[in-house]
Amino acid sequence: MLGIENLLLHKLRSFLTMLGIVFGVGSVIAMLSVGEGASKDALEQIRKLGSENIIITSVKTMDEGTGTTTPNFLRIYGLTYEDHARITGTFKTVKQTAPAKLIRKEARLKERAMELRVVGTTPEWFDLVKRPVIAGRVIVPSDEDNQSPVAVLTEFGARKLLAAENTIGQALRIGGDYFEVIGIVKSESSETGSIQIPDQEIDVYIPLNLARIYFGDTIFRMVSGSFERERVELHQIIVRIEGTKNVESTALAIEEMLKRFHKKKDYALYVPLTLLRQAEATKRTFNIVLGSIACISLLVGGIGIMNIMLATVTERIREIGIRRAIGAKRKQIISQFLIETLVLSIAGGIIGIGMGILIPLLITCFAGMPTVITPGSIMLSLIISIGIGVIFGLYPAVRAANVDPIVALRHE
Amino acid sequence: MSKGILRLENACKIYHMGRQDVKALAGVSISFRSGSFWAIMGPSGSGKSTAMNILGCLDRLSSGRYILEGRDVSALDDDTLSDLRLKRLGFIFQSFNLIPQLTVQRNIEMPLYYLGWEVTRSTSRARELAEKVGLESRLNHRPAELSGGEMQRVAIARALANDPQILLADEPTGNLDTVTGNQIMGLLLDLNQQGKTVIMVTHEPDIAAFAGQRLYMRDGAIERIEGETGETI
Repeated sequence: MLGIENLLLHKLRSFLTMLGIVFGVGSVIAMLSVGEGASKDALEQIRKLGSENIIITSVKTMDEGTGTTTPNFLRIYGLTYEDHARITGTFKTVKQTAPAKLIRKEARLKERAMELRVVGTTPEWFDLVKRPVIAGRVIVPSDEDNQSPVAVLTEFGARKLLAAENTIGQALRIGGDYFEVIGIVKSESSETGSIQIPDQEIDVYIPLNLARIYFGDTIFRMVSGSFERERVELHQIIVRIEGTKNVESTALAIEEMLKRFHKKKDYALYVPLTLLRQAEATKRTFNIVLGSIACISLLVGGIGIMNIMLATVTERIREIGIRRAIGAKRKQIISQFLIETLVLSIAGGIIGIGMGILIPLLITCFAGMPTVITPGSIMLSLIISIGIGVIFGLYPAVRAANVDPIVALRHE
Repeated sequence: MSKGILRLENACKIYHMGRQDVKALAGVSISFRSGSFWAIMGPSGSGKSTAMNILGCLDRLSSGRYILEGRDVSALDDDTLSDLRLKRLGFIFQSFNLIPQLTVQRNIEMPLYYLGWEVTRSTSRARELAEKVGLESRLNHRPAELSGGEMQRVAIARALANDPQILLADEPTGNLDTVTGNQIMGLLLDLNQQGKTVIMVTHEPDIAAFAGQRLYMRDGAIERIEGETGETI
């Protein structure tokens, strides 16, 4: 009896009228899902670093006046064992620390030989960079105390050396020394290179104290025909803080302390929590920008509906007159036209949601971009389209209700 | 004073046309007895349409009183007037005024929808009314597929849907040929005989002859009244 019949009678017009809402809602969902998808990866990776962690890495500095041409120049930079000890000992909020010393060494397992990235570290590492153990075990404090020559392969390293479970217990030669393989741990691979994951370039772990004794702190490298010597004690320190709320203040304190003991800024602090916050803020901005664009298209869609409804009121003025003469109250005319607008906008919204789900799927399928459709954005779109129906339907409906039945009946 | 079902007491309706005031009704007093059949006649501009709008609760008087079924309705608000139209009055128009996009069935049901009837009840009521006016085979047609006489019969069925005591017909035969017009008048006479009060505006003397009483209007006032029980105050 009410609006729906009239809408079905003018199918093409009804469809064209709701098109604005269809595209508006479709673009809201599509844009939000692209935004969500783009930031999801980044957020995920930052989260993997641990929101309670601070990662300090050594940074090679360029000294003024000395270039790589100077032979036998010894470059000293980076974090020191003392830094590690100070960070561990000074701050109450520091729960755990894990130092890492990176050495590139020729290694051999049975017949396979290649250069591996060896990391000397302490048992804490395996607490802070938690990875599932595939086989065997990880380094434990007694290994350090006994200075046992043990090695834990990462998934990467194991793959390179063609090591499997039966490799446990075999001897791995690193440099000139032999280590017993005691375990294999999973590796976390990062697809985008923007964020460093602590273990993404590590093949094998050995106890830090052994690495120090066996390989020392000086690294020789052949660079374009000349030697380059570097002295780096630690390449990385991972600091776990007690409580998320202390992370940022402790990071500042550690930086202050490092500044005092380092002449140059040959270290860098990564605070995943800060990165996470920044990434989330970026995402919010992104969403606001995309959302505003989509809202403008929804607004245009709403105005389109209002325009058509106003035209409809004029066109159907006689019908309104008949209904009023028969005894329809003003509010019944209002609700009739409001229902028509609502049906249009909600139907448009639903088609738009369909489109908004389809577009991201196509984007993912053809452009390979990750997209995530959140239930929130669908709910939001539905609420917005209902809102548009009410807001832009009310004025035409009130106009319709205020039609004078006598004038309307005389209207040709 | 008689006990008319519809009563106008010194009814005035003034339209403001720019600076000029036009008196469409200039102090009309008349009482329509229950069960009577009236024809209101007069040249255009005589105020018969205005009188009809007033009687039909579509318009309000500038001054004077209109008493409908014993109740003064001259100062009621829009919603109450709508309610009176819905429950007490039935309208028949010259141009039928059916809603083109709705079927005959739906057109007849419309007042029942606003009365809040259940669908099944109003469907059978519409069927019953269509039978009464001889259109039971046309229920699913749209107005455009009907002849003028059929459309007017649909309109009569619609006017009867709420079972009103009063039927107001504005030139009911104006768009019909003589034969069809006479059929419609026959239908209205039947309804009058069943006890409905019928008030009809027309300018055709042949049609007016069907009515028991004839009210002639000129310049917003009553010129004369013809018929057996015409009463004025």
